[in-house]
Amino acid sequence: MPATTEAGVFDESGLLAKAREGDVAAFSELVNRYSRKIYRLAKHITQNDTDAEDVLQETFMKSFEHLGDFQGQSKFYTWIVRIAVNESLMKLRKRKSDRTVPLDEPLDTGEDTVVREIAVWDENPEQQYSREELAKILDDAVESLKPDFRTVFVLRDIEELSTEETAQALGISVPAVKSRLLRARLQLREKLTRFFRRKGDDVFAYL
Amino acid sequence: MLTCKEFLQELTDYLDSTVDVELRRKLEAHINECPNCFVILDTTQKTIKVYKGMQEKEIPAEVQVRLMKAVERKCAAGKTAAGKPSA
Repeated sequence: MPATTEAGVFDESGLLAKAREGDVAAFSELVNRYSRKIYRLAKHITQNDTDAEDVLQETFMKSFEHLGDFQGQSKFYTWIVRIAVNESLMKLRKRKSDRTVPLDEPLDTGEDTVVREIAVWDENPEQQYSREELAKILDDAVESLKPDFRTVFVLRDIEELSTEETAQALGISVPAVKSRLLRARLQLREKLTRFFRRKGDDVFAYL
Repeated sequence: MLTCKEFLQELTDYLDSTVDVELRRKLEAHINECPNCFVILDTTQKTIKVYKGMQEKEIPAEVQVRLMKAVERKCAAGKTAAGKPSA
């Protein structure tokens, strides 16, 4: 029997069963499916190429070691995301430069959510920039967020995990996810306004 | 009518469509009256959209090669070490 089956893309139970038995081809197939996503996630959270590669490898090594513990109650992807997030946060904590922004710093309730800049954007603001320029603008904006906001934003709005999955992956409450996500979205909106605002226009255009 | 502060507090749930009908009606009434909050809603929506449309970056080739080598080594070792066959 061939190592990789022709089963539907979304049916992973066969691959998982084979991978549990040490089948290289089956596990490689799972790795190939998700390695790009895991690398992107790690890169966004750690903001560092070397750390992202370490996280990528560690995530798949650990998932292989613990495949026997994976019961299939959640999606395989959600399960490895949780491993990748933990590994990424450990990297951040180890990095001295991040000592100024402790990850477990208590969060305020969002009462002081400040909106400084209110300007109308172009209809499709991203079209003003080349793909490379746009990627840099978006990456820089995410990078400037505090790690706890950044992590929630990356999981919710880039990796498209649900609020509950994000809470689970980070070991925080659902209200904490919501509060951090709101702050992250508003801060990014503020940062992007500098690039995307409609030229020579302001809010009074709507009055 | 809701205040701008109350509107902002609900913004994320509104954008994720997890508010109930009654609250949705109140939030929509607010943006109809408040141009600032309308702009904040619109630009926050665009912020999310632009990130969702981001291209998935390829992993650098050498990173992928090292990953797959590590996977092979791990699988080879795993047959004896991790061995918990699900047969």
